[in-house]
Amino acid sequence: MPDKNYDAIVVGAGHNGLTNATYLARSGLKVLLLEKNSWIGGAAVSREIEKGWTYSNCSYVCSLLRPEIFRDLELARHGLQVVPYGGGVTITSKGDILGSYADHELKRREFARHNAHDGDAYDRYSTEVMRQCKFIRPLLLRTPPDPTSLRPRDIRELIFLSKEFKKLGEQVIYDTIRFYSMSIADYLGEFFESDLIKATLSGSGIIGTAMGPYSPGTAYVLLHHYMGDVDGSIGSWGFARGGMGAVSKALGNAFKSFGGEIVTDADVTQVLVRGNRVTGVACANGNEYRAKVVVSNLDPKRTFTRLFDPKDLKPEFVKRAKNFKIRGSSGKLNIALDGLPEFPALGNDNPLRFGDLHFLESLSQVERAYDDWKNGTWSKEPYLDLLIPSMTDPTMTPAGKHWMSVFVQYVPSTIQGRAWTDEDRNAWKNTVLDQIARYSPNFKSLIRHVEVRTPDVIENETGLTDGNIFQGDLSLDQMLFNRPFPGYAQYRGPTKGFYMCGSGTHPGGGVMAAPGANAAREILHDLRRPNLVPEGWHDD
Amino acid sequence: MTEAGNVIIIGAGHNGLACAAYLAKAGKRVTVLEAAAQVGGAAVTREFSPGFKVSACAHLSYMLDARIASELDLARHGLASARDNLKTVALQLAGEHLVLNGGKLEGGRVSDADRTALATHHATMLKFARVLGKQNNRVPPRLMGGGRSDAIGAALLGLDIRRLGRDDMREFMRIAGINIYDIVEESFESPALKAALAFDAVLGTNLSPRSNNSMLTLLHRLSGIASGTTGGTSLPAGGMGAVSEAFARAATAAGVTIRLSSPVKNITLNGDRVSGVALESGEALAADVVVSNADPKRTLFGLLGARHLETGFVHRVRHFRTRGLAAKLHLALDSLPDFSRLPAALAGERLVIAPDLVYLEHAFDAAKYGENSPRPALEISIPTVYDRTLAPAGKHVLSAVVQYAPYAESASTDAARAQLLENTLNVLAEYAPEIRGKIVASQLLLPADLEREFRLTGGHWHHGELALDQFLMLRPVPGAAQYAMPVTGLYLCGAGAHPGGGVMGCAGKNAAQAVIKAGRA
Repeated sequence: MPDKNYDAIVVGAGHNGLTNATYLARSGLKVLLLEKNSWIGGAAVSREIEKGWTYSNCSYVCSLLRPEIFRDLELARHGLQVVPYGGGVTITSKGDILGSYADHELKRREFARHNAHDGDAYDRYSTEVMRQCKFIRPLLLRTPPDPTSLRPRDIRELIFLSKEFKKLGEQVIYDTIRFYSMSIADYLGEFFESDLIKATLSGSGIIGTAMGPYSPGTAYVLLHHYMGDVDGSIGSWGFARGGMGAVSKALGNAFKSFGGEIVTDADVTQVLVRGNRVTGVACANGNEYRAKVVVSNLDPKRTFTRLFDPKDLKPEFVKRAKNFKIRGSSGKLNIALDGLPEFPALGNDNPLRFGDLHFLESLSQVERAYDDWKNGTWSKEPYLDLLIPSMTDPTMTPAGKHWMSVFVQYVPSTIQGRAWTDEDRNAWKNTVLDQIARYSPNFKSLIRHVEVRTPDVIENETGLTDGNIFQGDLSLDQMLFNRPFPGYAQYRGPTKGFYMCGSGTHPGGGVMAAPGANAAREILHDLRRPNLVPEGWHDD
Repeated sequence: MTEAGNVIIIGAGHNGLACAAYLAKAGKRVTVLEAAAQVGGAAVTREFSPGFKVSACAHLSYMLDARIASELDLARHGLASARDNLKTVALQLAGEHLVLNGGKLEGGRVSDADRTALATHHATMLKFARVLGKQNNRVPPRLMGGGRSDAIGAALLGLDIRRLGRDDMREFMRIAGINIYDIVEESFESPALKAALAFDAVLGTNLSPRSNNSMLTLLHRLSGIASGTTGGTSLPAGGMGAVSEAFARAATAAGVTIRLSSPVKNITLNGDRVSGVALESGEALAADVVVSNADPKRTLFGLLGARHLETGFVHRVRHFRTRGLAAKLHLALDSLPDFSRLPAALAGERLVIAPDLVYLEHAFDAAKYGENSPRPALEISIPTVYDRTLAPAGKHVLSAVVQYAPYAESASTDAARAQLLENTLNVLAEYAPEIRGKIVASQLLLPADLEREFRLTGGHWHHGELALDQFLMLRPVPGAAQYAMPVTGLYLCGAGAHPGGGVMGCAGKNAAQAVIKAGRA
């Protein structure tokens, strides 16, 4: 195959790579998108593993996708439909339930049923969390300023940031600083008394995170589960009809509609560099493609430790890339079911069954689950986020059948330093299935197929180092102008013409498409082309 | 308030005394009221067994502000050091103890790469700690709604960070909010060295090495030494009580009246402003200004009363985190303990038992669930090696901070205390096998005991957790971080205010300046 020349090459067709490529193509550039798998989507995929059943194998619900991008790229026209689902429920071992209704008043009354004080506290809590959501939402589609720089653009952005801060008012500024550094347990402790309520709400602070609810820094993670919306309803979550692959498919369609070219089964092994400038990429099969702009959708650690010849990078930079915190802490089971499992605590008509199910008692139970991870093994009593998407979206299974998505926290990427074995995977699977079966007596008899996805499996398929779902820990040293590395937060790599566009860059993880779009803005700026990427948000 | 107005200071801790001295020097009539029969608060020397004396709470001096020491002339008032620049010896079971002297490693089996990395790490930490050190002597700025001095304060803080230069500024902003675990993991190879460095970051806190915020506590700890405490980590002659007594003499010399055994019952108000205090004895004292050296919760809830405060503020103060995590062990020994393969010349240094990071994590894990550590980490000092005034001839005192001992009911019973003592002695005996036979008397103070003995809410020796959300303009709580409380005339001057715990004197001095400035306005 002859070498081919492009204006830009995007490595990795995850949702951010797709978004980035789409904006570049829309600007009139000749763009090539290379994907190692034979399908696109990265961790936003729908795949048929068991015949007749389609799973959202990795990410499984949708909320964070930036509405600006959804509209701007006309994703609805390209086939994406997001269907909201209502709330969720926590079931305790004693059969008690705590409903998390989407409706504020219902939820407040449910909280009050458990603890009169906590009902009132819920009003305060939701006001404060919503305030934090509103503060962060306008920052998502902006490039972080470099606080050490005196360039006009950085100063302008710093002024913008401080203005946003000032809008909050003095007390809320302090609350915001505290929020970004506290543990979710301490944060919730400032509002609630009920351990069950705190345990339930703590889930949003630890999902995908290698920290326990008592670890400072987990309160902020909450936002990555609250700041999204479905059709303008902030904090709501929905299913992409047909699974999360529908997001990638719609983005792929948008990309192609602007003349973009996707090559699958193209495993990029090296970024070609000449004299501190990228010239293209080389694939495992020997194909080479040329472009003056190369964008990586891969996580920062993989990007700089695997795609670059170390001699093309400074040693300090390589060290920084190696030390990038990207720890695997979660896994997933996708289960094909011959029927709908019963949860006696809920009954068969309870609408809460359509939402997230959790089996929890207390904050300390979640913290102990983290202790297991810290000790190098999977949680004996894991935190589960369980959904049956087929109840809402019947297109994913044969009629009358169902599939269950089980997100599991905490799962290490190695077992005390050694690789996972099949026996480990089997034992882990049984730990999870047993927990579910304790709450659903007929569950095990309905199982037809189980896809077991430990962090190493996720890494092998998606390329996410250690199976970290956010492409890098969300801690203060890897946020905003520190993400992925201080001095490299504006999507540009250390080599001229090289860019990063994955969730390892600002604003981080979740199927948001913001990093991809932000990176496109910077690339177009460097190419002196008009900006096409939306920045402001006026609906909030 | 007039220039000659009365000021009452509640509590003769070192900060209360420092505040008193500065106010008296500025011409105020100052009375310090102390509940105990001696001055010093948590910086005291006490006899815990006949003939054996020990620094009963804080036991090493490493943060005392050099400028305050010189302004108050503490040396002339009797402050002397029994030993300066203590090294840290990280004890190892295998006997290859690490001897840390600042950024220099003197013993242990450690690679050259680690030695080089340690020098770099230490220099960087000191550089960053100096940024914090500069804030120690300033009133924290309000970020909005304040006056010109707040704007200047905020600008100075920004400038101090900027002055680090581009690369250091980036590194500072990267690490300031995170944990020591990640930092030592990315810089060092030796498990023993990693743990020795991590231990300093979690000492006295509700954190494990993996917990975010532990870098901040480390930098805070180093801020004294970084900004020029004379003598580094030192043993005051006569124990920590001698520091307080020097402060007391300085205050008295400046004209302050100190009344011991005079517990305050409550702060009295006239309308919405402070009018003085009422003592437990029934006596009432009038003052325009009352400065409390007690911790924020005790001051605002115990002495003032929540009913005088606005509910949002009460809510904030109630959630000021004050759960202590460290116990204090005192042993009277009939001879110097033999730590295996530790040269006798090092016995008086600062000894640390924290052999690896997992050990520290596991010690912390128990505390998360309200249990004392089965195998605690220890900071040990045998002051009698250098200070013969503390024990009878030939005998010794061992003082150790025992971590973790949570402030929780289940961990505070007599049985729990006995168990933690046993756990601690077991650990000690692994390193000093014959120590049990040398013990003449022992005392273990749990956080609940520290709370009772030193009137520290939660038994927290920093008056409240040092974490990003309780630091600088957020300490103790937003809206009251400039020493003045919401009730006119009431101030805070203890470790619960900026810059927090450690025997520095800064909170006392800063509070005095806030009082003086308010009087001028």
